[in-house]
Amino acid sequence: MANSTTLDIRQITGRWVLEGAGHVGRLSFFILDMIRGLSEVRIWWPRMMIEAWNIGAGSLFIVLLISAFAGAVTALQTGYQFTGSIPYYVVGTLVVSSIILELGPVLTALILAGRIGARYAAELGTMRVTEQIDALESLGRSPASHLVIPRVLAGLIMIPALTILANLSGIASGWVSVKAVLPVTDADFIYGAQYYWRPWDAWYSVIKAFFFAGSITIISCYMGFNTQQGAEGVGKSTTTAVVTSSVLILVLDTVLTRLLLNQ
Amino acid sequence: MIELRGVVKRFGKQTVLNGVDFEVREGETVALLGPSGTGKSVLLKHIIGLIHPDQGTIIVDGKDVNRLKRKALSEFRSHIGYVFQNGALFDSMNVLENVRLGIIDQDKFNDDAYVRDRVAECIRLVNLPPDTVDKYPAQLSGGMRKRVGIARAIAGSPKYLLYDEPTSGLDPVNADIIDGLVQRLDHELGVTSVMVTHDVRGAFRVADRLALLSEGKIVMQGTPKEFLESKNAKVREFLERDFDNPSFAA
Repeated sequence: MANSTTLDIRQITGRWVLEGAGHVGRLSFFILDMIRGLSEVRIWWPRMMIEAWNIGAGSLFIVLLISAFAGAVTALQTGYQFTGSIPYYVVGTLVVSSIILELGPVLTALILAGRIGARYAAELGTMRVTEQIDALESLGRSPASHLVIPRVLAGLIMIPALTILANLSGIASGWVSVKAVLPVTDADFIYGAQYYWRPWDAWYSVIKAFFFAGSITIISCYMGFNTQQGAEGVGKSTTTAVVTSSVLILVLDTVLTRLLLNQ
Repeated sequence: MIELRGVVKRFGKQTVLNGVDFEVREGETVALLGPSGTGKSVLLKHIIGLIHPDQGTIIVDGKDVNRLKRKALSEFRSHIGYVFQNGALFDSMNVLENVRLGIIDQDKFNDDAYVRDRVAECIRLVNLPPDTVDKYPAQLSGGMRKRVGIARAIAGSPKYLLYDEPTSGLDPVNADIIDGLVQRLDHELGVTSVMVTHDVRGAFRVADRLALLSEGKIVMQGTPKEFLESKNAKVREFLERDFDNPSFAA
């Protein structure tokens, strides 16, 4: 009995290791194909513009809405914790820093992992199981240039742009909300926001958004591209894409914070 | 000329092709027959390099398909038109854009006037009305989608046409239309064709030669007459279903 349990654990571990190695190998070739396809600008440029518009216009409302609520809640909780011993201008610092350093990029990325990641994985997965990707290859065309590069580049451009807008929306909403619960003037809020402000914080926010964009788009396209077994496979790829890119966003958040804010 | 020598393909523990030897000569139409699930489509995908064999070689026009590098493979595929089982049309594009993708030459592909003319010509060749070009795949019937798939495959003036079950899922009338179309295109365009099918009647109507794939091997290759006269048990077993069908003689 003990032997068979040991064997099972070995088999499961072995299978995981092999599957993991398989994914690493396939993902490497997938990225290599993307790099090679970059030379076909005439193919991916127009498609990238369409994808960028789809991401930007389609996600703007939900991103602004959620970041506005995040800003408002941050401000209200700050107001709740204020005892009067801390100068009021600090609330400006807290709201701006929380939004720019963490909530803006991470919340935006998690929303878009669900919205764009699921869409990319489902679109490419459906194309795979209905042989549309095979058809593209059979016509001597590169699926990377036609399908993957436009989606990845559009995400790399639009997700940081949406993050900047989410930051502004969160700060504006926090500013309005904090005035409703604390006797903070506009001058106090602006003073606090500027007092601890470092331009690097804005860069940090955009750099994080850029890495998150890479993880959402590349993982989702990769999962969709390697879909197997019909409708069930498309569902599985979509779920795996969203879960994997969400976890990767949180891991990257920690790693990038350690690397970029380590002073 | 297409030559497959000792092709073996396994998916996990399942051996789908187990030493396949198969040959298609210049200018002929060969129907690859076999029951569903015997690996006919897998074999066809080997010819165009969409699937790589575990063993064996695939030679097309003297080129070993598995040894072709990315660019050479892309160039090689531009000489082959592949008609997918369910059309494999891009559902986000209309028929014009779908067929346009079949135009391989990039300068011609970007020339809107040329594209309109070429797409109209291909649509005419597959007997579809001219206004089909503005429709989306979801607005087309199964038979029309297959014909658009054929139009896309011939848009780049290929030397070879590979058909993957062009009549599956169609009613007998539409199946006959597609068979007639395949026959006509082969004569009008002078292409070399391989047609994967389990429709014996259609295969006898269209093909110069037949090949039967069973249990991972080619059991027999020959002319329709040789097939009819064959004493091979597997050939007899496969053909007899249709011999008993009165429509076979039609």
